[in-house]
Amino acid sequence: MDLRVVGLTHVYAGAPVLQDIDLEIPSGRILCVVGPSGCGKSTLLRMLGGLERPDAGAVLQVGEPPEGCLNPLTYIFQDFALLPWRSVAGNVALALEDRRLGRAEIARIVDDVLARTRLSAYRDALPRQLSGGMRQRVAIARALAVRPACLLMDEPLSALDAQTRELLMDDLVGLWLREGFTACYVTHNLAEAVRLGHRVAVLSRRPGRVREVIEIDMPLEERAERMPELAVHERRLWQLLREEAAAADQELADV
Amino acid sequence: MSEPACAHAREGARPVPYRGGGFAPRPRRWAGAAFLAGLIAFWEMCSRLGWISPLALPAPSEALAALRDLAQSGLLAKHLGASLGRLAQGWTLGVLAGIAAGLAAGLFSLARAGILPLVAALFPIPKIALLPLFIIWFGIGEESKVATILFGTFFPMTIAVYGGVDNVDRTLIRMGQSFGLSRLSIIRKIVLPGAMPAILSGMRISASIAIILLVAAEMIGAEYGVGAYILLAGNLMATDQLVAGVMILSAMGLTVSWLLGMAERRLLRWRA
Ligand SMILES: Nc1ncnc2c1ncn2[C@@H]1O[C@H](COP(=O)(O)OP(=O)(O)O)[C@@H](O)[C@H]1O
Ligand SMILES: [Mg+2]
Repeated sequence: MDLRVVGLTHVYAGAPVLQDIDLEIPSGRILCVVGPSGCGKSTLLRMLGGLERPDAGAVLQVGEPPEGCLNPLTYIFQDFALLPWRSVAGNVALALEDRRLGRAEIARIVDDVLARTRLSAYRDALPRQLSGGMRQRVAIARALAVRPACLLMDEPLSALDAQTRELLMDDLVGLWLREGFTACYVTHNLAEAVRLGHRVAVLSRRPGRVREVIEIDMPLEERAERMPELAVHERRLWQLLREEAAAADQELADV
Repeated sequence: MSEPACAHAREGARPVPYRGGGFAPRPRRWAGAAFLAGLIAFWEMCSRLGWISPLALPAPSEALAALRDLAQSGLLAKHLGASLGRLAQGWTLGVLAGIAAGLAAGLFSLARAGILPLVAALFPIPKIALLPLFIIWFGIGEESKVATILFGTFFPMTIAVYGGVDNVDRTLIRMGQSFGLSRLSIIRKIVLPGAMPAILSGMRISASIAIILLVAAEMIGAEYGVGAYILLAGNLMATDQLVAGVMILSAMGLTVSWLLGMAERRLLRWRA
């Protein structure tokens, strides 16, 4: 299943946030979206997953989600969004509970997904007992449990410290190599974008428009070793973003 | 001053003054009971030494004696049973209605527009002022007393639950929607547990209000009940019985608080 954004425009209280966004997320690929803060990245992602309605334009699903997919468009949030009163296993199970699966079937999926994300030892822990990195791993496990057709990630590593971010980035790359998921990955961190993105869309400052979409055709598994080549892409992105970020920084907030 | 500190002091260096600490009360298991026992002992001593006239305030031992007489006559069970029955009915109904109204006000715009002004208008009315009306509507029997307690606990409960629902993390609700949970599931599995701390603290406040209203209602028209017992004692100037009645009320308050504390520890273990 591909995801296609056509002519998407949105206005919050008279102030345009997104203007004429056209994007394509082909199946099995990761699209990274970068842009200065406040340019509407989170808004765009909420519209991709149907949590908000755009004023104009549309988000289209092209083709059917794969067999056995429970929740085609699945989010991974910046602040994890785990229920603090549920254990790790309970949080993963939550995503499966309204789907007419038997109790045994839910338990089987939870066990399976916890094993795949190496969280089985933590199944009865409460979120407050886990580090930030482990909490985000639980959120990733929860997302995988519903076998999504497309993962929507809103700065999933931004709440973590630099070392944990590095570890989780390796996890995400490993996961993509094994499972080949489709994703839209929103970030303001260019290093993350060039590590994970097959393509990187650069948004302008508010109102966000697509300034450019950069193709990075280096295989994901080689990127950790070929950092200098990635740095070239990263510099290119920074040149595109630099004035936008500087201008966005000078703007007065009027909301 | 220690050896190295002395050496530093010669060069005009001194330790940074400490100014942190405090503002972090911790539970002290027996301190509360010990303080209460000490206070009662002091009171007993003052009475025995004649510093407090028995006419003004009976000694705790006299009040306890009155309490024992009451228990032996079998009236204690009758008074207590009548009071606890009213309390349980009125408080349970008030709490349930308050949770329903608070949830509605917290979740639906129309309900909020209707309920909030109503609460603001009716909460400040002393419910005991309405008791004569309740007696006309529901009769002099149990119903009017239960209704007084119900109305008295309903409003604070509504406010507590509504505030709790408002404070539930919206990203958790978005998360529930993004995983395709039904509205009912989101309320049951995300909103209610998220509002549980506020619900429990609302239950604490409304339980105290319920006891206050119980006594007031029983003073107006009841044969049995702790309030009726205290009123009778007051009319007869039997201060030892009056203090015994007050002790029963305190014990009721303590028990409710202890039960709710247990519920909090069980239901809010995730907060710690
Ligand atoms: N619900 C809302 N109502 C009004 N304005 C909003 C709302 N959500 C976001 N905005 C505004 O829209 C702009 C884009 O927000 P957002 O999508 O969160 O940006 P980003 O994620 O790129 O930092 C910001 O200026 C923000 O203040
Ligand atoms: Mg954002």
